[in-house]
Amino acid sequence: MIKPHRRQALYLAFLLHRLSGLGLALFLPLHFYVLGRALDGEAAFDATLGWTEGPLVKIAEFGLVFLLAVHFFGGLRLLALENLRWSDRHKNYAAAAVAIAFFVACGFLLRAF
Amino acid sequence: MHDSTSIQVRVWRGDAAGGDFADYEVPQQPSQTVLDVVTWIQRHADATLSYRFACRVGMCGSCAMMVNGVPRWTCRTHVNKVAQDNRLTLEPLRNLPVIKDLACDMTVFFDKWKAAEGHFSGSLTRDRPVAAISPRDRLRRAANAAIECINCAICYAACDVVSWQADYLGPAALNRAWSLQNDIRDTNRAARLQAVSANGGCMHCHSQQGCASYCPNELNPTASIAGLKRQAAGSFLKKKYPEHYA
Amino acid sequence: MLELRLYLAQRISAAIMAPLVLLHLGVMIYAIQGGLSAEEILARTRGSLLWGGVYGLFVLAVALHAAIGLRNIMSEWWSLRGPLLNAFSWIIGFGLLIMGWRAVAAVVGA
Repeated sequence: MIKPHRRQALYLAFLLHRLSGLGLALFLPLHFYVLGRALDGEAAFDATLGWTEGPLVKIAEFGLVFLLAVHFFGGLRLLALENLRWSDRHKNYAAAAVAIAFFVACGFLLRAF
Repeated sequence: MHDSTSIQVRVWRGDAAGGDFADYEVPQQPSQTVLDVVTWIQRHADATLSYRFACRVGMCGSCAMMVNGVPRWTCRTHVNKVAQDNRLTLEPLRNLPVIKDLACDMTVFFDKWKAAEGHFSGSLTRDRPVAAISPRDRLRRAANAAIECINCAICYAACDVVSWQADYLGPAALNRAWSLQNDIRDTNRAARLQAVSANGGCMHCHSQQGCASYCPNELNPTASIAGLKRQAAGSFLKKKYPEHYA
Repeated sequence: MLELRLYLAQRISAAIMAPLVLLHLGVMIYAIQGGLSAEEILARTRGSLLWGGVYGLFVLAVALHAAIGLRNIMSEWWSLRGPLLNAFSWIIGFGLLIMGWRAVAAVVGA
């Protein structure tokens, strides 16, 4: 339940940016671990990568690509807000960031299957 | 079932030690404001109810409270615009310590105003001519940011960062500081920039723009804070204050 | 001035990562077709100073960026303050940096 004073678009944009960043930070150790398996030889690395073939993992990867893309486009919006001339259209920009991120993640999913 | 000609009002009653909601039924009237409702309760239901107001016309900034969970100036808020199913829930402003019932302690709010160097420092006396500043000047237009601020603390109550970081100066004080940073007559700009870029300063803002959403005078403290961030970052990276702040 | 330094480090690391994230998104969408294989990835990265340099910089920026971001969350949402907040921030930053550089070394050097 969102508290009444937070029921506005740019609070949701903030929340999405924070949660996507948190999700990406929690995923990074796993990401680094999988790549680090290459130290144990190509066969071990390949065996670990084989685990990513399952459809559920691919759906999860779609989620991760969305998190990265939405954190990226949302972050660009914040850099622009803080460093460029002020604009009153940040609700539109925030919505566009989510839409483009979803589009990018869908592009990834289409190629994954 | 309640009568549609009356408003069901839940009012937070208590003090710094704690409290709870009390229910009142208030007759509905045309063009009734939330402040009218509170005043009716105090005059006709419970004379011990404490609240704060002065001008009743949106000038003084003293009657703000939480109305159905949102900070509002109650004297200019019509009941029919904000009541949900003829119900109102009234609480003291968020993020400030309560004194009693709907009156909160504004001391911290004004202390932060001072901490942000929110006062004008001039170098001229009254015997000198008035500074000639074109109304079309870029800095003069930027200085408009806080001129209509009435210190109602609605932005302060709307701000999540204030509730998360106790030492955060908050939108009102920073907005005021930004106005003075654009006032070319002001002689205290270097010290002010240091004050607003110290810990607890402008960098904490997450640009959620809750302050701008609820400001009754439609100011945008987030835009002002973005300006302060640029000045703070620029001064820090150049390792010095630009000459006109010296 | 610590908070101002953290603010700037967060924004500068973000600006460094902006082109790198675009590259990373592109590589992901390109590489995912036909599934991931060790042979395909290592063929791209092994012995490449360019990949090693680019991803080494990416890891440095992301370790800094994530440590400061998580520091803000720990402070604002979980009310962590003082030495404990600093300790966790350093552990997260250095942990990610070492794990990340190890991963880069693994795919570039192996």
